[in-house]
Amino acid sequence: MSLRSPLGKVRGLGSAKEGVAHWWAQRMTAVALVPLLIWFVASICAMADAEYNAVRDWIATPMVSIMLVLMTVAVFHHAQLGLQVVLEDYVHTEWRKIASIAIVKFTAIGLAVATIFSIVKIALG
Amino acid sequence: MASNNRPLSPHIQIYKPQLTTFMSITHRATGIVLAVGTVMLVCWLIAAATGENAFNNVQTFLGSIIGKLLLLGWSYALFYHMCNGLRHLFWDAGRGFEIETAYTTGRLVIGVSILLTIGAWLWGYNAMAAI
Ligand code: HEM
Repeated sequence: MSLRSPLGKVRGLGSAKEGVAHWWAQRMTAVALVPLLIWFVASICAMADAEYNAVRDWIATPMVSIMLVLMTVAVFHHAQLGLQVVLEDYVHTEWRKIASIAIVKFTAIGLAVATIFSIVKIALG
Repeated sequence: MASNNRPLSPHIQIYKPQLTTFMSITHRATGIVLAVGTVMLVCWLIAAATGENAFNNVQTFLGSIIGKLLLLGWSYALFYHMCNGLRHLFWDAGRGFEIETAYTTGRLVIGVSILLTIGAWLWGYNAMAAI
């Protein structure tokens, strides 16, 4: 039995073997996030209630800036991929689906750039 | 259209609620909650880059009751999503699908994520007391 509809066959719809790239990126970012987030949460706990200057000095440490940028990229890439799947599952009107996914992607890029810019600004003084 | 007679799995209204179904939707919910929470993280970093006043304002908000409740929610969401995410990765590797195992790992995820949340907050309060 074929699960493809006649219309799908006529239009040539079906697997373009692209889905796996999305799926794989979701898993790879998940794997990367485990050590990055454990490190981040542990650092925040150790610095709870730290002063402005102490926090800035910490962020400006080269190793910390690098880890924070890596974490930012992984978090927003992973979140954006995940939210896309959620929207694809629940939003059934085509234009709303496309628009909401586009908003999610633009927002993720905007937040990621703002975060990285802030880290670099502090790091370079 | 031929797609009308495709087999359907039992839908949500007639499907008995179980630990596994509950944990599955919680993974999705915590993912969304964490995505929203990134906005707070971004605010914190932008404030640190902007200046002492901005930073202190954000810190004051995070130290308030509402701020602490939000942080408590996000920290639990993070630990749950992280532990259950690892459970997902094991499934993706083709392991842990037996019903028994799925329940054991499920209970493990709930237990460990609660313990990690408590541990993180104890650590944070200890660090504050040490300053
Ligand atoms: C600690 C590391 C993390 C791990 C191991 C992890 C793991 C995963 C995995 C395996 C999935 C796919 C689940 C599925 O196939 O249904 C997923 C989905 C998702 N994750 Fe994460 N994640 C992590 C952190 C985060 C963070 C920090 C965010 C948000 C900023 C996030 C947001 C999401 C979202 C929105 C989804 C989609 C949920 C769904 O489709 O039901 N995750 N995560």
